[in-house]
Amino acid sequence: MKKILAVCGMGLGSGLLLRLQAEKALKQLEVEADVEVADIGSARALASGADVVVTSDELAAQLGEVKSQVVTITNFVDLNEMVSKLGAALESEGE
Amino acid sequence: MDAIVAVASFLVNEILSQPFYLVGLMTAVGLIAMKKRAGEVIGGTLKATLGFLILVVGANTVVAALEPLGTLILGATGAQGVVPTNEAITALAQEDYGAVVAWLMITGFLVSLLIARLTPLRYVFLTGHHIFFMATMVAVVLITGGMNEVTTVFVGAVLLGTMMVVMPALAHPWMKKVTGGEAVAMGHFGTLGYITGGLAGQVIGKGSKSTEEIKVPQSFRFLREPMVATALSMIVIYLVFSIIYLVRVGEATALEEIGGSDAGSFIMFGVLNALNFGVGVALILFGVRTILGEIVPAFQGVAEKVVPGAVPALDCPVSFPYAPNAVIVGFLASVVGGLLGLAFIAVALEDALGLALILPGMVPHFFTGGTAGVFGNATGGRRGAIAGGFINGLLITFLPAFLLKVLGSLGFANTTFGDADFGWFGIAVGNTVKADLFISLVLLALLVGALIGFAVWFQRRYVDTGWVPGGEEAETAPASGGSAKP
Repeated sequence: MKKILAVCGMGLGSGLLLRLQAEKALKQLEVEADVEVADIGSARALASGADVVVTSDELAAQLGEVKSQVVTITNFVDLNEMVSKLGAALESEGE
Repeated sequence: MDAIVAVASFLVNEILSQPFYLVGLMTAVGLIAMKKRAGEVIGGTLKATLGFLILVVGANTVVAALEPLGTLILGATGAQGVVPTNEAITALAQEDYGAVVAWLMITGFLVSLLIARLTPLRYVFLTGHHIFFMATMVAVVLITGGMNEVTTVFVGAVLLGTMMVVMPALAHPWMKKVTGGEAVAMGHFGTLGYITGGLAGQVIGKGSKSTEEIKVPQSFRFLREPMVATALSMIVIYLVFSIIYLVRVGEATALEEIGGSDAGSFIMFGVLNALNFGVGVALILFGVRTILGEIVPAFQGVAEKVVPGAVPALDCPVSFPYAPNAVIVGFLASVVGGLLGLAFIAVALEDALGLALILPGMVPHFFTGGTAGVFGNATGGRRGAIAGGFINGLLITFLPAFLLKVLGSLGFANTTFGDADFGWFGIAVGNTVKADLFISLVLLALLVGALIGFAVWFQRRYVDTGWVPGGEEAETAPASGGSAKP
């Protein structure tokens, strides 16, 4: 099973929203995956165990280089953005 | 008969009044309602219970780390010093108020859905940790005011539910200006600071260029990590007061009162406590995250069924990507505002009003100052961002000082609630419940009625008509779909 990490500053508010959106997107994409939330502090360590990291532009810059693919979301409530970006990331991951 | 009484008293005393089991049970109900599989229900329930216990461990760490600081500040300045940290004070309060808070939180969420369903204020507040903090603050204030636990749950739920729909409505015109008319509302209890920031930007920012056109050094970004920001600010605070204390009372007394074998180890003892404070906050955040990760999805599932098409009100960092430079500018201006406010209290108000010294907690300054900067920038560019952050810094320094007075014994904890709405709302409610029960219930009903009435008027007059502060109505009016009539 794939693992996705949703990252925000505190790991409380927007990260949780990203997780909910990612779970909805996964349902649409018909992909099974675990989605976990992390704060930016512990994200770098946890990213090594995840296939895809979902976060905002500015936090992606702060996260720096990680082994997993980083998907940046601009509009946190736009499900279409999440579906297309996450879908693309998972597809290239599968190859 | 005895057996029934025994079972009932077991349930009440050993399960329903133990907040960790209660939170677990509520999570279980939510997960079952979402039709999760048995394994996920068991796992989620256990995780929420463990999360609560982790939070308690974090609270103990925070208390131990803060205790010497209280002595240091008192010895160095003669006044009580307080570092506002929502996470810390909320965790500390759970020991005495945990079960009441859990009931209040869940009932308050249902009340907020009811208000959203029945009025034009169709907002669903999804920032779980702020619901938790506000539930805690309201519970403490009401019980301190003399209400019993059952009354507190129901009265508090109405107060909490009201705030959860009223604040996003009041902030919404500015939020639309920031996000360009998308259907996201602000769900964060620092909103008074953001609205004031937006207004200030409009007043003084005419013709000022956006912060996004300047190059701001990115070197402050690391402060967005709460663990780093907290530890760093606590190290500074501990060092400053350790040194003043050492100079004022002399080495012998300092070693006797606080500990350490010489001046060097005395200073390093302070640094270790500062780091431990960071550890405590990180533990609390981990606990809160574990609980909310299970509860908030259930909340959202319920909300989508009860209030379809409502605008989600989200945590303040959702505004950050729209103006990342304004976040840094607003944060720095907020810290400056906080330090000036601290100096003002120390020099002018401390003796007159007996106020505590509110030291700048970096986490509230970063998140609320940054957001106030974004709001100020949206209406008034660079000058707006500076003014917004600065005013927010003043607000979160003065309001907590007055809030302490209505928090009862929890007001002596060396930490308190930081963000602006906890301040003004807690002060308003806390002073109301000083009256007799009946009178205070009437006054609180008036407060709730006034807040909802004003917000409904505001929603109809400004939000539904597509008014956006500082113009550009035509651009954003059609996109404000969330507030349209069903």
